[in-house]
Amino acid sequence: MSNPSLEAVGLSKRYGTFNAVSDLNLKLEGSKCVGFLGPNGAGKTTTLKIFTDLIRPTGGHAFINGANVHTSKKQALAHVGTVIETPEIYSSLTPREGLSLICAHRGVPKSERRKKIEEVIEEVKMGEWIDKRTGKFSKGMKQRVNIASALLGDPSVLLLDEPTTGLDPRGMSEVRDIVKALKSRNRLIFMSSHLLGEVSEVCDEVAMIDHGKLLVYDTISNVTTKFSKGGDTVEVGLIRPLGAGVLEKSVASIANVTSAERMDDRNLRITFTGGLASQESILSELAKLNIGVVSYRPAISGLEDAYLDLIKETL
Amino acid sequence: MAKPEPETWGEVPGSMEQAAITTRYTFLDYIRSRRFAILLIIMLVISAILTFVFAYKRPVEALVDPLSFYSTWWGMSATFVVALSGIFFGGDAISSEFQNRTGYFVLPNPVRRSSVYVGKFAAALIAASIILVVFTLITVANGVYYFGFTVPFAFWESAFFDWVYLLAVLGFAFLVSSSFKSGAYSILVSAIFLLFAFSLIESLVEDLAGIEPWFVLSYASQIVGNVLDASYPAHVQTIPEMFGAHVITLTVYNVGVGEGLVILLAYFVVTSALGLYLFERKEFN
Repeated sequence: MSNPSLEAVGLSKRYGTFNAVSDLNLKLEGSKCVGFLGPNGAGKTTTLKIFTDLIRPTGGHAFINGANVHTSKKQALAHVGTVIETPEIYSSLTPREGLSLICAHRGVPKSERRKKIEEVIEEVKMGEWIDKRTGKFSKGMKQRVNIASALLGDPSVLLLDEPTTGLDPRGMSEVRDIVKALKSRNRLIFMSSHLLGEVSEVCDEVAMIDHGKLLVYDTISNVTTKFSKGGDTVEVGLIRPLGAGVLEKSVASIANVTSAERMDDRNLRITFTGGLASQESILSELAKLNIGVVSYRPAISGLEDAYLDLIKETL
Repeated sequence: MAKPEPETWGEVPGSMEQAAITTRYTFLDYIRSRRFAILLIIMLVISAILTFVFAYKRPVEALVDPLSFYSTWWGMSATFVVALSGIFFGGDAISSEFQNRTGYFVLPNPVRRSSVYVGKFAAALIAASIILVVFTLITVANGVYYFGFTVPFAFWESAFFDWVYLLAVLGFAFLVSSSFKSGAYSILVSAIFLLFAFSLIESLVEDLAGIEPWFVLSYASQIVGNVLDASYPAHVQTIPEMFGAHVITLTVYNVGVGEGLVILLAYFVVTSALGLYLFERKEFN
């Protein structure tokens, strides 16, 4: 299989005077997961719908694996798995039948269909429901089947539009694990999400869009370095009030700490650089100070900081 | 922009095969659906009422010979059964893909919309044909009860014309369905046209304007009943009607068999093509 790729060339979508997507140029190539971030109405879903030929661009072209999505849809989507919005399966069909329909359309050989379907349905933990009609399924159960359908036919490209929507916390975690596992199998994953933590955890790169325009596309670490004002932030809970001068003299001087402030008598906010390694060493240093640390949790990530900075600037 | 063909292309089935795949699964969805059961029950109720009326009342004019029997029984109900089938299976066939979001499940796959449209049409045609076949068998069973196995050839002609009418009705219903994103609206509009509006337009055009309503679907469907008449009615008939003290001459047009078939097939081809065009253009936004 050649390097999977996805490319938007001058892609635009206009509704009357409203530009949903405006001259988007973006090229993704290789095995990786790219997060697609932006506020509501930024153009994320519109872009993904253009890439799946659910809507037509008013300008530009969308290519997947070198084929134009609109003019050569079958070629372009031949090896693409998608979850766009929250699809519904025909309510009288079971997951096995719904997935058989997708297998048949995607050209999965008949001899392999049963095995493939059972594999993907097990992957999304829906084995127990494989022969039950989907009409009565909850939103989360349907979304699991949708994710299973995206995995059919061994796709080289996955387009996922907020794939954890409707899932409970365990389901969200399982989907993230599935996406992470796919990255190691030469897959290009383009995933929109509102959840910055999810994108930080799963994705290698991030593309941010607002008002239909691409603001930035780079690795997460580069985006964080370039646009985050002060790195990551943790909130520290204490069992007793902090002594006078400890914050300024001891806490603020820990390596990689860029700022330390008192939120109230028993809570501190520490901003630092250096990612997870620094986060771990700062915790270790705080413990050595014997100041009564009882909780230590990330409050704002570098990505979130960068996101808020970039999106704010476009308003 | 010229791009090289991807290496991975070549495993996806052809468009006709994908249409057949769509037919298979849509038909499975149809026959398991409540609407199929409801339509079957409606058709059985109509059949039961007719069976009861014929058995209890024994209408002399209808039981004088086999042709009269089939003309009365079939002529008064066959097109109605077809119209209902068209509304039930075609009314929201395409609009439901938008409203129920099933389009998001199927269409972002390497499948052309035309394959989905053709496949769904075929599934609706098969499901509606099953209803029509059951109704035909019940009609023939009653005919056999009264007249033995002497089924007039005209009845089989009429049954065939009714099936051609089904093609046209489904074409029209799919066109309406492709025009809306709401299943309720598309079913309502299909029902209004197929049950009332076409007949009303036909009457107004014929009676008030005095022109042949060759462009109205219900006019063409007259061949289903007319072919069962002892002698096929004349193309144009003038009928004097009393309106108070005045006598008004009404002109009545009767569609010929050839003309009727051409109109029905034209409806099928034109509305199906227009419906497909609309479906191809419609966006999931």
